[in-house]
Amino acid sequence: MLEVKGLHKSFGGVAAISDVTIDFPSGSLTAIIGPNGAGKSTFFNLISGGLVPDSGSVTFNGNSLIGRSRAQIIDAGIGRAFQVARIFPTLTVEESLLGAVTAHRRRAQNISHRFPLPEMRDRMLEVADMLGLTEKLGVTSANLSHGDQKLLDIALALVLDPKVLLLDEPTAGMGPDERWRMIERVHELWEREKLTLIFIEHDMDIVFKIAPKISVLCYGRLLAEGTPDQIRTNPAVIEAYLGTEHGEAAV
Amino acid sequence: MFATRPNLTRDLIIAAAALIVLLLLPYVWPSRMINDLVIRVSAFALFATSLNLLVGYTGMVSFGHGMFFGFGAYAFGLSMQRLGVSIPTAILITIVSSALLGLVVGAISIRLKDIYFSFITLAFQMLLYSTVIAWVPLTGGDQGLMGGIPRPPFLGIDLSIESHRYAFAVTLVVIGLLAMRQIVESPFGYTLRMIRDNTERATFLGINVFRAKLTAFVIAGVFGALGGMVMALFVSGAYPEFVNWTMSGEGIFMIMLGGLSTFIGPAAGAVILSLLNDVITRGTEHHGLVLGAVILLFALGLRKGVTDFIADWFRVRREASSRSGG
Repeated sequence: MLEVKGLHKSFGGVAAISDVTIDFPSGSLTAIIGPNGAGKSTFFNLISGGLVPDSGSVTFNGNSLIGRSRAQIIDAGIGRAFQVARIFPTLTVEESLLGAVTAHRRRAQNISHRFPLPEMRDRMLEVADMLGLTEKLGVTSANLSHGDQKLLDIALALVLDPKVLLLDEPTAGMGPDERWRMIERVHELWEREKLTLIFIEHDMDIVFKIAPKISVLCYGRLLAEGTPDQIRTNPAVIEAYLGTEHGEAAV
Repeated sequence: MFATRPNLTRDLIIAAAALIVLLLLPYVWPSRMINDLVIRVSAFALFATSLNLLVGYTGMVSFGHGMFFGFGAYAFGLSMQRLGVSIPTAILITIVSSALLGLVVGAISIRLKDIYFSFITLAFQMLLYSTVIAWVPLTGGDQGLMGGIPRPPFLGIDLSIESHRYAFAVTLVVIGLLAMRQIVESPFGYTLRMIRDNTERATFLGINVFRAKLTAFVIAGVFGALGGMVMALFVSGAYPEFVNWTMSGEGIFMIMLGGLSTFIGPAAGAVILSLLNDVITRGTEHHGLVLGAVILLFALGLRKGVTDFIADWFRVRREASSRSGG
């Protein structure tokens, strides 16, 4: 279980995350929603070692993640993908994934063999298959479609065998059809890999359809938590984010 | 579907073939001038290729790589002159001491990013240059290491004989390039490419970026120093120009001329720049002017190095034929 307690982070006196406490039970699927600037990405950065919180605790299965290096947080089982796909533009999909497997298995400094080490191949193929990238293995990452770049970004996180996967707007910048394909893939992944999945999403149709649990952040604070029905009817959430006709006002 | 990557066997065959051609060259085309050119190019090819480990493969633009070239020349020359050791021992001293230099300079410089990294490497080079100029009793100051570097025979090799020197230089450059080729095609080589492409993402894969960059910096320093050593052997001395910032500039020029996206590009650049230098110096007094114009032509005309251009041309053709072939 991933437990976040009393988390606080400010930038130059402005609180980006303030007193946020959320539990993410193992195997749960949680959507984080909230208006722009609510602190959603900051929240992810605090969990994944991108930022160090001012106070509060983040523990995973009882072990604190605060002050740990990114490598240690990855080893603990926390993986993440990014809002804007962070990929290796000049490498092919295959090379990127193989490179990630190599790093994960602590062979990143190996100079005595040729790349890739043969034992890295199976895992690379497995992850490529999970995300439907098998046909694209030979393609240079910069030439992938936007959607495939997002999939590659997720694949890079998955290679590291995470127990918790943080997805920062997996459907950002996609057309409606592509969005649903992406989210179905993510949902399938969650079911099959028994991951604890936390994702940030702006599309309320998607959130209400697939997330059993929703946490709403607003101005750095946890405004509400609950099931889709609870969130949809929560007056504070409607006022701050959803608008009167829920699911429509979402940006 | 899978992209083919160069395997070791293929590289070994190419290296062996190149070595045979280079070793036979003096018999086919006996010319003092060609011999001298090949030895100088060998020194510069090691230097430029090692610099490209940083610039092309890791995305670290060092403006101070010449410090290793100069340091290698002086370390080797001083070991031979002052310590009276055998040549293999002097080579070992050059390798170890340049690795230590790389470790210290790298550990400090790598903490800085982008242009600040470039500047601090340049600053370190200036520091070394000033030290060489000022420390007259050891280095001979602006006169350089005078009196010749002793070249006692070892293992039947006598580097005071020109043909031996030639064979030694070309063997060393082929082995050196092969070793660097292995490094860039190893898992570590791909770690460096990932750092170049997206450093932030690499850290989120658990890659220790500092350690990888430092390793690359040290390796590049050692091979750069070996280039300087070949030069010191060739001229039987070491001069402050070797350690001056213009040396780093020449390394960058070689990479620009030859191309940084192919492994052999910088070595090709070393050939091109050496030829240009020879031809232009013979033809005109306005050496810098002509050279500058040629480099501008490359930068503005091709917008890439020669081998980049050729590699792109082949790729476009291959892609076109694979499309039309279905």
